[in-house]
Amino acid sequence: MAPVAPKSGDAIFASVDRVNAELFTLTYGAIVRQLLTDLEEVDEVNKQLDQMGYNIGIRLVDEFLAKSNVSRCVDFRETAEVIAKVGFKMFLGVTASVTNWDSEGTTCSIILEDNPLVDFVELPDNCQGLYYCNILSGIIRGALEMVSMKTEVTWLRDMLRGDDVFEMQVKLLKAVPEEYP
Amino acid sequence: MQFFGGTEISPSPPAPTASGNNAHMLYIFNRNGVALLYREWNRPLKTLSPQQDHKLMFGLLFSLKSLTAKMDPTSADKGNLGVPQLPGQGCSFHSFRTNTYKLSFMESPSGIKLILVTHPKTGDLRDSLKYIYNLYVEYVVKNPLYSPGTPISCELFNKTVDQYVRGLG
Repeated sequence: MAPVAPKSGDAIFASVDRVNAELFTLTYGAIVRQLLTDLEEVDEVNKQLDQMGYNIGIRLVDEFLAKSNVSRCVDFRETAEVIAKVGFKMFLGVTASVTNWDSEGTTCSIILEDNPLVDFVELPDNCQGLYYCNILSGIIRGALEMVSMKTEVTWLRDMLRGDDVFEMQVKLLKAVPEEYP
Repeated sequence: MQFFGGTEISPSPPAPTASGNNAHMLYIFNRNGVALLYREWNRPLKTLSPQQDHKLMFGLLFSLKSLTAKMDPTSADKGNLGVPQLPGQGCSFHSFRTNTYKLSFMESPSGIKLILVTHPKTGDLRDSLKYIYNLYVEYVVKNPLYSPGTPISCELFNKTVDQYVRGLG
């Protein structure tokens, strides 16, 4: 029996359960608002969002692999492309693009022009240091760690701070092969 | 198969080719060798304690994967024997058969290994293993009460797997 070909992001997005976009945006906004009230320090909130994203990412990767049928990516370039085209499409319904590869192929930027998390959102003056979408960087970091890649994800451009797109930089630190336990 | 959310699991379950409960055992391991699930339906001979049995199974598969990858005549790049490979990289073996049983194996790139031991006349079980992986995602991964890396104790998952395996050829 021939192995099943990987599905495109659109096909999977059409087949999974979807929630109302506004409900999703408002729920996320409520989470961030509550974290700000509980933790008060913007840096703490950033760290907590990243940690929450990490916990989501380690589970999300299995769902992604099961639904999308992609086989192991050959190199980091393919990984980034798959995250941007299939992953973001499948879970958020938007397609991202990958640019700014460095010479070794270990760092790239994922650009999001359209981000459902930030609809209706404005950052007030006392929260200027807040990375509102930091949960996304945690998710990518967690998911990649489960496929043996240690990465570091940082935000370069943020629409809530006046830039024109969301740009996150994904840097591959180490590919960690499976050790016999 | 209908779930809480009402979606169909994809791929849809392969049609059973014969009736009867003829699968022997199912193991699910994670990337660190922790046995997440062990189900047994038909195992007349037991020689080892469960921990030793799991360790043996995990070690066997780890070595087999390594060996099959190194022996691959079509691959250009081969590491030295013993060098760990990323899960899913290189060629991957999917089953072996003896005169008394057939062992089918599937590994996801995230390191989740599924092993199903059945009777020797069973056909290719790759689609079935994929379906069980989808069940794992729906019942276990999405379960907020489950901590990743610990043995699975979700009754609903166990029941669904039992039911599905019973229908396999």
